[in-house]
Amino acid sequence: MLLEVENLTTLFRTKRGIIKAVDNVSLSLEKGDFISVVGESGCGKSTLAYSIIRLIDSPGEIAGGKIYFDGKELTSLSEEKMRKVRGKEIGMVFQDPMTSLDPLEKIGDQITETLMEHIDVTKKEAWGIAREMLEKVGLPPDRVDSYPHQLSGGQRQRVVIAMAVSLNPKLLIADEPTTALDVIVQEKIMDLLNEMRKEGRAIMLITHDFALAAESSDRIAVMYAGWIVEMGDADRLTKEPMHPYTRGLIESVPDVWVDREIKPLPGFPPDLAKPPEGCRFRPRCPLATEKCTKEPPGVEVDGRYVKCWLFEVE
Amino acid sequence: MLKVEGLKKYYPVQKSSIEVLLTKRRDFVRAVDGVTFDVQKGEVLSLVGESGCGKTTTGRILVGLETPTDGKIYFKDKEVTSMEKDELRRLRKYIQMVFQDPYASLNPRMKIGEHLEDSLAVHGIAEGEEAKEMAMAMLDRVGLPGEQFYNRMPYQLSGGQRQRVAIARAMILKPEFVVADEPVSMIDVSLRAAILDLLMSFREEYDLSMIFITHDLSVARLVGDRIAVMYLGKIVEIGETRKVIHSPRHPYTAALLSSVPSFMRRKKRVEIIGDIANPIDIPSGCRYHPRCPFARDVCRKDEPELEGDRHLFACHFPLELTF
Ligand SMILES: Nc1ncnc2c1ncn2[C@@H]1O[C@H](COP(=O)(O)OP(=O)(O)OP(=O)(O)O)[C@@H](O)[C@H]1O
Ligand SMILES: Nc1ncnc2c1ncn2[C@@H]1O[C@H](COP(=O)(O)OP(=O)(O)OP(=O)(O)O)[C@@H](O)[C@H]1O
Ligand code: SF4
Ligand code: SF4
Ligand SMILES: [Mg+2]
Ligand SMILES: [Mg+2]
Repeated sequence: MLLEVENLTTLFRTKRGIIKAVDNVSLSLEKGDFISVVGESGCGKSTLAYSIIRLIDSPGEIAGGKIYFDGKELTSLSEEKMRKVRGKEIGMVFQDPMTSLDPLEKIGDQITETLMEHIDVTKKEAWGIAREMLEKVGLPPDRVDSYPHQLSGGQRQRVVIAMAVSLNPKLLIADEPTTALDVIVQEKIMDLLNEMRKEGRAIMLITHDFALAAESSDRIAVMYAGWIVEMGDADRLTKEPMHPYTRGLIESVPDVWVDREIKPLPGFPPDLAKPPEGCRFRPRCPLATEKCTKEPPGVEVDGRYVKCWLFEVE
Repeated sequence: MLKVEGLKKYYPVQKSSIEVLLTKRRDFVRAVDGVTFDVQKGEVLSLVGESGCGKTTTGRILVGLETPTDGKIYFKDKEVTSMEKDELRRLRKYIQMVFQDPYASLNPRMKIGEHLEDSLAVHGIAEGEEAKEMAMAMLDRVGLPGEQFYNRMPYQLSGGQRQRVAIARAMILKPEFVVADEPVSMIDVSLRAAILDLLMSFREEYDLSMIFITHDLSVARLVGDRIAVMYLGKIVEIGETRKVIHSPRHPYTAALLSSVPSFMRRKKRVEIIGDIANPIDIPSGCRYHPRCPFARDVCRKDEPELEGDRHLFACHFPLELTF
């Protein structure tokens, strides 16, 4: 296993109380795996990603669980060692490419500097790699001389991916990398991620777009209010969702090729400072019973993980 | 209901005086570059296309927020640009717009209820108690119980709730024509369906005609009777939703469709080359030719006309494919 997250809990201590943004979450990834994490805004997707690369700052903290990555346990790693993992072994792409780019520096200089910080290359070699990487993501190599503002949003995101790939990470985490982009550019970026996967890297895509997850990944993890409520093979999970939340979410989004009515999900996600007792989906769940006032266990059914009383095996 | 002919909007590009002297010409952003279509009574026309293709500008011209550089707009067979001030004011009441950003479209210092009353007062429909009653009823209607929401301020509302207020403010005028500009693109996925439902329920109740601007083709499929696809300021294909989605004739429509993520997983892939061109420097001939994998010599010289019967497209070599 390349990545194994075990019972991870990450919380934020806020004025309104403790928010368990990631609550007892486990998942694993092998080399060449492509997993998508989907769910509504605020359900903890980004917090899960940031926890894996240990970018959780006060008032947040990793309060429990273990993260095994390529033979290391990350939650107990020193910050110095963690800095070597970040970027070099686990790459990260954010929604806004400008969080990773310096507006005042040429693209080429930025890639070169990142490279020289992490691997042993001369400046000349680094420039060579920078040009090569730009070409790989479909940008003319002479773009090394451009400043970020001279590029479109999609081109900037491709530069960020080029930067991440140039360090040859084993795992790439992409947090809503295409949310601000048109579908045509999105497709090109997804192609890039897929190519990386073919080279044996693992990909974790965070998105609120269920169709995008269904189309691009091997596996999907559905998050709700800090929990993974369902996780399994992408194809089967989208065709036969088990958890009532997954079903509701899929029924609420239109599909360009499918003729069907859409059904709004009733209600809102809970305030994580005061989550409902028992199952956190209970106030919105059409199938809730008396039992659901207690926290449902997470169970394996047919190779799928589901956290719902409906699937409890006697 | 509404007809536009050869609609254009050019924005001059800001240049220094030296540049103007040197180049001896002024450049324009051709945001909308000759658009012709109509919308029937009770019909929803979706306007789709990539960012910057001119969707919002078209919408803003229709509701009178921009003056066109050229072209004609007819509302119920009357030409809008030749109308008297009074007539134009009355017309504005019947054509409303719902904007993309529910945060920017409300006044942060005004109570929710006052937004609706203001709308009524501006158009001389009702004031005082009568307006308040109408506002309360409309808030109830859009799922924000007046009792609870009338006195709230915009910052106390979520994005989805704000968009309901924006819809209520437009609908309280009982418009006949609505331009909805990406009304759900800034709202969380799970709340989009409810907002779309709300808009469509008004459509039925008022027999509304609507232009629904969206970059999301799956939403266009859901709401639109017809779809118009824009590329660099022009409509390249327009027709009945099902026709356009299942048998697109224009290579751009096909490329756009093939890149939409779907639960069905993609069946066909239609290529598109490079990035969108600069609207200041529109390519010769067919403006799509630098990105079109099917382009031939004639495409670089002659601009194709938007032609056809009910399903129209602007392409010298239209595709024959089904999705
Ligand atoms: N720095 C912080 N301080 C306090 N609370 C936080 C902080 N960061 C996140 N949270 C809370 O943690 C929860 C999960 O947030 P997170 O950003 O992980 O969600 P998300 O699923 O990525 O949402 P989105 O789709 O909007 O990006 C939310 O309730 C959020 O308010
Ligand atoms: N006031 C303005 N001055 C100059 N250029 C403008 C102005 N408004 C729009 N434009 C330009 O006109 C073109 C069309 O813009 P418009 O906002 O209509 O596109 P759109 O299709 O709505 O895009 P999006 O999907 O990003 O909302 C763009 O190139 C834009 O930069
Ligand atoms: S545990 Fe109960 S409330 Fe929760 S999703 Fe399952 S049925 Fe619904
Ligand atoms: S006219 Fe030519 S370049 Fe334009 S879309 Fe048709 S085939 Fe492509
Ligand atoms: Mg996030
Ligand atoms: Mg727009």
